[in-house]
Amino acid sequence: MNIVVFIKQTFDTEAKIVLDASGKIDANGVNLIINPYDEYAIEEGIRLKEKNGGEVTVVSMGGSRAQEAVRTALAMGADKGVLVSDPGLENTDEFGRAQILAKVVADIPHDVILAGRIAIDDGASQIAVRLAEALSIPSVSSVIKLEVAGTQATATREIDGGTELIEVSFPAVFTAQKGLNDPRYPSVAGIMKAKKKPLKSLTLADLGFSAGDLKMVINQYSLPTPRKAGRKIDGEPAQAASELAKLLREEAKVL
Amino acid sequence: MAKGIMIIVEQRNLQVRKVSLELLSEARKIADQTGESVVAVVLGQGIDELAPTLAASGADKVIVIDDAKLAEYSTGAYTSVLNKIIRKEEPQAVLLGNTAAGKDLAPRLAQRLGIGLASDCTGMEIDSANFLTFKRPIYAGKAFAHLTSNVRPIMATIRPNTFPVTPPDAARQAEVVKEAADIDQADLTAILKEVAIAASKRPELTEANIIVSGGRGMKGPENYSILEDLADVIGAAVGASRAAVDSGWKEHKFQVGQTGKTVAPTLYIACGISGAIQHLAGMGSSKFIVAINKDPEANIFNVADYGIVGDLFEVVPLLTEEFKKLVNE
Repeated sequence: MNIVVFIKQTFDTEAKIVLDASGKIDANGVNLIINPYDEYAIEEGIRLKEKNGGEVTVVSMGGSRAQEAVRTALAMGADKGVLVSDPGLENTDEFGRAQILAKVVADIPHDVILAGRIAIDDGASQIAVRLAEALSIPSVSSVIKLEVAGTQATATREIDGGTELIEVSFPAVFTAQKGLNDPRYPSVAGIMKAKKKPLKSLTLADLGFSAGDLKMVINQYSLPTPRKAGRKIDGEPAQAASELAKLLREEAKVL
Repeated sequence: MAKGIMIIVEQRNLQVRKVSLELLSEARKIADQTGESVVAVVLGQGIDELAPTLAASGADKVIVIDDAKLAEYSTGAYTSVLNKIIRKEEPQAVLLGNTAAGKDLAPRLAQRLGIGLASDCTGMEIDSANFLTFKRPIYAGKAFAHLTSNVRPIMATIRPNTFPVTPPDAARQAEVVKEAADIDQADLTAILKEVAIAASKRPELTEANIIVSGGRGMKGPENYSILEDLADVIGAAVGASRAAVDSGWKEHKFQVGQTGKTVAPTLYIACGISGAIQHLAGMGSSKFIVAINKDPEANIFNVADYGIVGDLFEVVPLLTEEFKKLVNE
């Protein structure tokens, strides 16, 4: 079974967001991690390989720092890495990235394609599903359990207020939700081995793409108005609870 | 903008979901300013009776696609049908709720149509040229991106609770069009075997007007019953912080924050939650925040409109009694 895992390097969840002089998100000095949901995807890919044989290829897009993310995935147990790294990526949107990724994946044997259900930076939740469409294969979003039998999978997916059980034939895309598994930490041996595993770097030109055909344009970024500390209600618990209920009804008018 | 704002309506068991009514209400307001029409598209089985509801909520035209294959949501069948409807109708904008189905459907549909998508938006406006622009949180609400597109239709999924629902006007009429479900065989590759909806009397976290949430201060799963008692008096949903979820006290579906759900209720009551940056990212756009925490230095007090420094095990049951009095008034 051949598995492709699509991962993204994101800001650490601890990161404070500031805008640079040109009004864009400032990445200076920010600690970068593998998008937490992608870790579930990597883990699931490795488990599928351990059980069924085959190869796990990790694919990512981003700047040269994204190599670290791919190496970490290799250290966890993935076999090969591909990084699409090109300044032009800044001028692509989800539509274009899905097309680029489809081109990359088309050259890699794949039965199962895995990705996190959302990236915690842009929070768009689009590319994995768009990739499935670009490859004309089915996808199942927000998977919390994946059972494979032969060339078929039964996936349990989270929906609002419940779950769905979906059966698909390979190749298929699955996006990982928290709860799918417990991602392993890379072992020291894994980290040593990862240094020797193949990591291919591709530019947009290598793939026959150029940047700029934007379907969606970001006009600007902004920061939320900081909330101010409000009122602390003092007094005995009974008195404070009564006062709070009164304020919620009369001042905030929410009850 | 001449050919309308299309709302892909979501229904479950013949009930139009609240987010769809929110979208219809807001689209109606915009349409009234721009001279646009509002088109509601609803898919399902045995859904004829929904048309008057959609008309009353603001639709000028209701397209009903009724077919057994559409009884439950499926990515393939819904994409197949809607791709053709959108190409035929050529709307200026297509809006969906950012629900489990909306999140799954919109990117697939956008890719097939060759268009962009603004996902999980919390703001929608028209600019001076009557162009729609969207505002969406990034980094779980630590920043916002403002987007637009020259490509038509412009498509967006909108977070539940972003817009108020306008009271329905039963006198409103709409043109009702029934379309056949034209589903390509190639789109029927994923088979839905089973849908399990957990029985819950509480609202869905992302749609709730009020959320009562508990963190590390809850000390254990058994103590959530006091939050549930509070929640049930005021019709609230119950949430949890990552600390509580990672401790195994609550399932991940209850988690609010950067690696959980992002919520924007009218009232968020944080009990025993310290207010880590990741948690604030997920609930910081709530209209009112109440914090109950025994640590007066807890970060949550820096964002709370009302705070009580105290033992939640003492304060929460008292608050439940106070809310009961209010509700019974």
